[in-house]
Amino acid sequence: MSRLRDALERGEFVVTGEVAPPLGTDMTAMRESVATLGPLCHALNVTDNQGATLHLSSLAASRVVLDMGFEPIFQQTCRDRNRLALQSDLLAAWTLGLENLLVVTGDDPRGGDHPEAKGVFDIDSTQLLAIARGMNEGRDMLGREMAGGTGFCLGAAAFPEAEPWDVQRERALRKVEAGAEFFQTQAVFDIEKFARAAEELRPSGVKLIAGILLLKSPRVVKFINERLAGLMVPEHLGARIEEAVDPLAESIELATEQVRALREIADGVHIMPLGVDAAVGEVLAGAGLT
Amino acid sequence: MIITKPREWDRILANLAEVDARRVFVMGCGQCATVARTGGEDEIAEATERLSAAGIEVTGWAVGEVACHSGGTRLETRRHSGSIDEADAVLVLSCGAGVQTVADATSKPVFPGLESVFLGNVVRHGVFEERCQMCGECVLDMTAGICPVTTCPKGLLNGPCGGMWDGTCEVVTDRECTHVLISRRLAEQSRGGASDRVLAPKDHSKQLKPGSVNLRGERGERGTRRGTAR
Repeated sequence: MSRLRDALERGEFVVTGEVAPPLGTDMTAMRESVATLGPLCHALNVTDNQGATLHLSSLAASRVVLDMGFEPIFQQTCRDRNRLALQSDLLAAWTLGLENLLVVTGDDPRGGDHPEAKGVFDIDSTQLLAIARGMNEGRDMLGREMAGGTGFCLGAAAFPEAEPWDVQRERALRKVEAGAEFFQTQAVFDIEKFARAAEELRPSGVKLIAGILLLKSPRVVKFINERLAGLMVPEHLGARIEEAVDPLAESIELATEQVRALREIADGVHIMPLGVDAAVGEVLAGAGLT
Repeated sequence: MIITKPREWDRILANLAEVDARRVFVMGCGQCATVARTGGEDEIAEATERLSAAGIEVTGWAVGEVACHSGGTRLETRRHSGSIDEADAVLVLSCGAGVQTVADATSKPVFPGLESVFLGNVVRHGVFEERCQMCGECVLDMTAGICPVTTCPKGLLNGPCGGMWDGTCEVVTDRECTHVLISRRLAEQSRGGASDRVLAPKDHSKQLKPGSVNLRGERGERGTRRGTAR
C-alpha cells in the first residue's frame, strides 16, 4: 500500500519533495537528490518532461527512486501521449511498483525546448484521473475488465492563487469527482488564499498538500514572474529576497515561516527546492517537522 | 472562410526551379483568398512582379470564382488553356484545396503559392480568428457557444490548466482563458454544462481523414438527401 496514502489517511502531516530526471542517461545527480530528499519526505515527485523540455522518462526514473528505498509519485502529463499510450504507461507504472500518480495537463510545447512539437492533449487531466480511477477498479477507459487492475493513490494539481477562484474551485471539485484523493498545489505565497481553498475543498474529502517554492535568489523571483505560467511572486515577498544580504538564507527563512503557517491548515507540504536540496532539511527542522 | 498566408517566396522559387520553370501561369481564388488579401487580383499582380524580377515570365493569370470548385476550375483552366499550355508550371494563390483542384484540372506541375492556416471567422474587414476546427463532434452545446477545442491552445475540454493567471491564457498571453469565458457565460445564462460536469474525451474517429460528404445518394441523383457522410 502507498505509504503516502496511508499517511494522508492517518491524518499525518505529509512532506513531499521533487526530483527531476536527467537529460541523458547519467542518473548520478538525480540519485544524489533522491538520497538527500528521500529520508526527509514521505514521497518524491518525479517530473515528466517538466516545462515541456526533454528529460528521461518519469516512468523509469520513478522506478530508480523506488529501488533506492523511497516512494515515488509518478507524474504524468497529458501533453506527450495519447489515450493508448497514457493507459499503457499507467499499467506499466503499476507493474513497476509505482503506487502514487500525479496527473497534470502539462506545459504547452511552445514554451519548452521543442517548440515545434505537437502537443497531444488527447485526454485532459480531469479525464485522465477518471481513467486512472477506472483502472483502480480493474477497467480500462472503454469499461472493459482488464487482466489485473491498478491501485494508485491518485493526485492532481490545484491552484489556490490563480484567480478567478470560483472557476478554479469548480475545476478542483470536478477533479475530486473524477478520482483525485490529494492535491499538490502550485506554490503558495498567500496563506489566506490557501486557507480559502482548504475551507472550500476539504469537505469533498480531498487532501491538500501545499506547494512551497524555495525562492533562492532574485533571479528565481524574476524567472517565475516573467517566464513561469500560472504563478506570480507577490511584490512584498519578491522584495524580501531581492533586498536580503543573503537571499538563500532569507528564502529558507521564508519557506520555514510558510511551512509553519501551513501546518495548521494543510494536510502536508510539497517542497520544490529548485536545486538547493540541502536546504530542505533546514526548512523542515525550522518548522518543527523533523 | 479559409484563411491563407503568403508562403515563403524563396520556397516558391525553389519549387519552380525544381521543374526548371521559366514560364509560369498564376491562378488565384475569387473567394477566401481574395477576402484574405492573399490570392486576389492585387496579390497576383504582386506575384507577377516578383516572378518577373526573378527572371520568370508570367504567361497569364486568372482569378476564378472559387478555386476549390472542381467544375468552375476546370472551366477556368479551359478558358486559359493557351497561356497554361505555354507555361512550364502553374502557381496557385489559394488554399490547399484550391491548389489540388487546379492540379486535377491541368497536366502541368502545380505549386502552392500560399499556406493554408485555419477556418476563420471574419471579425471585421481584414481581421480573422479561428473559432472552429471542424472536429466532427460539436461541444458548443455544453460550452456556452465558445469552442475549447479550438480556442484553448491545448484544446482541453476540461479547464483551465495550471497556466491560467488572472483569467489570462498561459500560451496566448494577451487572451482571456477560454475556460474562464465559458464558465462566465454559462453562469450568466444560469446553465450547467462544462461548469458542472466532466466532459468526456473526444471521439477523434469523427474527424478521420479524408472527410467526404455525398448528398447525391447511391445513383448520383442531386438532392436525394440519402447521401452519405463520413
